[in-house]
Amino acid sequence: MSLDWTFIADSLPLYLDAMWLTVELALIAIIVSMIIGLLFSLVLFYRIKYLSGFIVGYVELSRNTPLLVQLFFLYYGLPKIGLHLSEFDCAAIGLVFLGGSYMTEAFRSGIEAVSSSQLESGLSIGLSKVQLVRYVILPQAFAISIPSLGANAIFLLKETSIVGAIALMDLMNVAKDLIGMSYKTAESLILLVLAYLVLVLPLSLVLTWLERRVRHAEFGG
Amino acid sequence: MSENTEILLEVENLQKFFGDRHVLNGISLQVKRGEVTVILGPSGCGKSTLLRCLNGLEPVQGGTIHYLGQNLTGEHVNWREIRQHIGMVFQNYELFPHMTVIENILLGPLKAQKRDSKEALQQAETLLDRVGLLARKNDYPRQLSGGQKQRIAIVRALCMNPDIILFDEVTASLDPEMVREVLDVILGLANQGMTMLIVTHEMGFARSVGDRIVFMDQGKICEIADPEQFFTEPATERAQQFLNIFEYNKL
Ligand SMILES: Nc1ncnc2c1ncn2[C@@H]1O[C@H](COP(=O)(O)OP(=O)(O)OP(=O)(O)O)[C@@H](O)[C@H]1O
Ligand SMILES: [Mg+2]
Repeated sequence: MSLDWTFIADSLPLYLDAMWLTVELALIAIIVSMIIGLLFSLVLFYRIKYLSGFIVGYVELSRNTPLLVQLFFLYYGLPKIGLHLSEFDCAAIGLVFLGGSYMTEAFRSGIEAVSSSQLESGLSIGLSKVQLVRYVILPQAFAISIPSLGANAIFLLKETSIVGAIALMDLMNVAKDLIGMSYKTAESLILLVLAYLVLVLPLSLVLTWLERRVRHAEFGG
Repeated sequence: MSENTEILLEVENLQKFFGDRHVLNGISLQVKRGEVTVILGPSGCGKSTLLRCLNGLEPVQGGTIHYLGQNLTGEHVNWREIRQHIGMVFQNYELFPHMTVIENILLGPLKAQKRDSKEALQQAETLLDRVGLLARKNDYPRQLSGGQKQRIAIVRALCMNPDIILFDEVTASLDPEMVREVLDVILGLANQGMTMLIVTHEMGFARSVGDRIVFMDQGKICEIADPEQFFTEPATERAQQFLNIFEYNKL
């Protein structure tokens, strides 16, 4: 079987547009959900009344419902109560809703992995609870959390492949349409796989590098 | 000599429970400025718990602790402030692994005490020099031996200019050849008149560093004695038994 290179060249712009959409969504999802995760894990650490309970509930809800269901809720459900969001906004909010809980868990387990004797050591030199978090807990927790934060980032990037379900022209939809219209299945699929590889591989490499760097900076190793 | 009689810490009838377990049962103790108090007693008798109560790391269920007349067992105790005056050195050093030696030492002075960085750095370097580790100031804790880490931990406590330092078995995790270097630092502090409460299992050290020995058993103080007196003729049978075990271990 030989590939139709003209078809591939003609389809490239469609794929590039879709890749850009994926990059935008993934960046928003990763950055915002990391901020949410950091804030929420601190609320849990400080055991702030009511807020902690709310966050525990959110994490459970978010982790135990499929992203597809969350997207349908946002896209088809919210308009029923008069709230109309664009497809892009729905996708971004859905991904952040999903990622926030995973990032919260990643930060929380990092914070919990810092030993209680380290906390006492910080307290014994008169640090306040905020200083303790800032200078003693977070630097250590962050280094511990990096692998799972990175795994979550890649997870979110890959999860963007579902936003086609709410009519966004993402990579999956582009490939599906091309196959449907031209029957060039092999070409379309190869391009699809390559597009994700081009997106995911660099992120993986950057994360591996970051992991090493942070460990080095944090612990002088 | 009013300096020598100033009472820094006064503990009265201290009660501490862990659940149903009565861990400190009526501890009363005075610590005067410049005094070195060594606390001895069998494992589990409450020595660490007592030190932790004095530093606010454990809440107490009864009795009082006064530091320079200030009640530490009431409501709204400003432990951040108190801990700057009552330092603590832990068995496992508890240096911050992500900070260099000098960063470890300066964290308290700069962040908790908000001191001038030049002045604090100068003091830190002087202290490091005194324990022979100035050359290691930019190393990370993992690059140091146990004895070196513990000397750094002592410097970290000292650099806060505390009134009292609490030592909880600070040589218990060390290889035997490193015990000496840490004990020498503490002996040096004793000679300079530092007020210290020391929990240790090193009997020779206890005898030479202590101004007095507090012997505890089962959450109570059994006897408070002059070191010579304690090690030659302890007043209580419990202390005698305790010392016999150490004699036995030596053989
Ligand atoms: N966090 C805790 N929760 C419950 N029980 C505790 C806790 N910490 C200590 N205990 C108990 O309190 C008692 C006193 O403990 P502590 O650590 O003060 O003894 P110690 O005299 O320092 O002993 P060692 O010489 O072995 O260090 C022990 O029976 C111990 O099991
Ligand atoms: Mg102990």
